[in-house]
Amino acid sequence: MKRTKFFLLAMAVLGGFGAGCTNVKPWERGYLAEQIMMPDRDPVADRLSEHVYFSREAAASGRSVGGGGCGCN
Amino acid sequence: MLMWSTKSFTRVCSFAACLCFISPASAAWKTGDSLPELSGFQLEGKVPSDLKGKVVLLDFWASWCAPCKASFPAMNDLQKKYADQGLVIIGINVDEKSAAMEKFLKGTPASFTTVRDAGHKLVSAADVATMPTSFLVDRSGKIRQVHTGYNGNSTKQQYQKEIEELLKEQ
Repeated sequence: MKRTKFFLLAMAVLGGFGAGCTNVKPWERGYLAEQIMMPDRDPVADRLSEHVYFSREAAASGRSVGGGGCGCN
Repeated sequence: MLMWSTKSFTRVCSFAACLCFISPASAAWKTGDSLPELSGFQLEGKVPSDLKGKVVLLDFWASWCAPCKASFPAMNDLQKKYADQGLVIIGINVDEKSAAMEKFLKGTPASFTTVRDAGHKLVSAADVATMPTSFLVDRSGKIRQVHTGYNGNSTKQQYQKEIEELLKEQ
């Protein structure tokens, strides 16, 4: 019984890890390259976030780099 | 029993984590390989049937790929300059939606043949590493050069040099 439970748990862990193992091929990056997928697509919201980080955490910049997953450079 | 389970559980976790770093074996096309018959890949659009004895530039592109867009004027020029001597340029579009391809082609017209690999069969067989990737094929149907990415004029000059060399071969 214990072995069965262990087996099921092991399978669940394997499945969990496996689900995160998707390889996105270079030709499948169309959706990643869309504007909506850019974390810094809205300049006003960016400025606001920067201001919050600066005021509350004394942190500045260090945001994401450009590029939407084109995989071409 | 509990100790054994914990140990085994850790092993299973480690194994699973290792799985994430394993990618399937690559079977990418490389120089020296023969270009497969394109008619077997269910491409949308008309592939030129008379590729025998021609120098072929097979270019994989997508509408969302900025360097692909940059490469189009150069390929239009190459097509215009060398078509009479036996160059055939075929653009293989890999967009998920055909509307994206059509919109792109309206803004960036192509004077060369463009077909769509809707099922991603051809691009999967080629297993390209980046977008764009192009394969330069000689008159005997062998892949002679593989270009990854597009770096403006330097790539264009490279294309030109290699195409001229291949066109001279009979």
